[in-house]
Amino acid sequence: MSSVEDQNQRVQMLLDFAGHFKEVPERVARRPFPEQRRVAFCESEAYVWAEKQPDGTAKFHFAVENPSGISAKALAYILDRTLSGVPLDEVLRVKPGIVSTIFRQNISMGKGMGLMAMVQTVQKLARDLMRETAAH
Amino acid sequence: MSQVLDREVLDKGYAVPDVLVSTQWVADRLNDTDIRIIESNEDPLLYPSGHIPGAAQVDWTNDLNDPIRRDYINREAFEKLMSRIGVTTETTVVFYGDKNNWWATYAFWVFQLFNHTRAKVMDGGRLKWQNEGRPMTRDIPQFKPARYQAPERQDPKIRAFRENVLEHLRQRGRLVDVRSREEYTGERLHMEAYPNEGALRGGHIPGAANVPWSRAANPGDGTFRRAEELRDIYLKEQGLKPEDSIIAYCRIGERSSHTWFVLKYLLGFPDVKNYDGSWTEWGNLVNVPIEK
Repeated sequence: MSSVEDQNQRVQMLLDFAGHFKEVPERVARRPFPEQRRVAFCESEAYVWAEKQPDGTAKFHFAVENPSGISAKALAYILDRTLSGVPLDEVLRVKPGIVSTIFRQNISMGKGMGLMAMVQTVQKLARDLMRETAAH
Repeated sequence: MSQVLDREVLDKGYAVPDVLVSTQWVADRLNDTDIRIIESNEDPLLYPSGHIPGAAQVDWTNDLNDPIRRDYINREAFEKLMSRIGVTTETTVVFYGDKNNWWATYAFWVFQLFNHTRAKVMDGGRLKWQNEGRPMTRDIPQFKPARYQAPERQDPKIRAFRENVLEHLRQRGRLVDVRSREEYTGERLHMEAYPNEGALRGGHIPGAANVPWSRAANPGDGTFRRAEELRDIYLKEQGLKPEDSIIAYCRIGERSSHTWFVLKYLLGFPDVKNYDGSWTEWGNLVNVPIEK
């Protein structure tokens, strides 16, 4: 993604990602989604879930309630594809600033902070799972 | 064609109805070469995801703001922008966008700093157009570069700086704080679900009325409320008078552009300015008065 220098290509790629976004399955969560799953600071009304996998990793699920939340859907798709199934300590090593690497000038400061909060929420859930595993 | 009256807007009783057009008015003029439709959103990915056929994109960050200073683009940059989107001084620009036209009215306001008065806003913006099932496309239009000779930016008529606000306070002028109640009272330093963009103090400018910007819009379709409803809010409830000198502000001057548009054109108040420094400036200034 960071190697895509052409602005139009980057935009098209992000739109494709948003188009491939799949909402959290009903077996994991149904509307109305609980407030504690909602990403703080994200105006696109994004929600995140972490489903523990037998190998100790997590499958991350997302919902984006704002129909105009194209960027949030694109990021949710990227986070699912890159962090689901990855060792949790590696999930924690991702820098939230990756958002600016992905979106570059396609993002305003307000929206950028909201998207970074999505990354931080994924990491918080990964941390919670690690603690849960350690406690057992 | 472009001069035909828009009955849907006229029926809403605004003081200057010419600045607002309906989605139908726009749909009837998609091929009018004297009109340039301009989409302005917060999320720059929205336009490429689909827009009104033939519409140009003007991005508030990349196109309207100076890349270095906290200020708007200068005359030369505005001329380049207009050339890029194929707009001449004779072209009527019609803005629309997301969030109840919040960013569309912001772009409209910046265009008025350069006195491009052939400008309108499409009532209801992107949301209403989409909800009505009107055509959208991903095709990016190519415009023949236009020659545009702009005047130097004319800030004083519609833009207030902090010195103007301090003088306005001394003159007991009216202020409208369009932020949420929680921001106004200082309980919160930023809009809900938005980051704190660095204001050190919470509260509001002394004497400011609090009328959250979104009260001027119908939540269902993002259109502006009818004139009598707006008068109920701003005149009856808040006691503003058309002869008042008014300064509107918010966090960085974008939400207050919406209220500026309402007061100046829909209600016809002649002296309304937007203080774009807004709370991110006032809440950080040393030794200025603050009320909670």
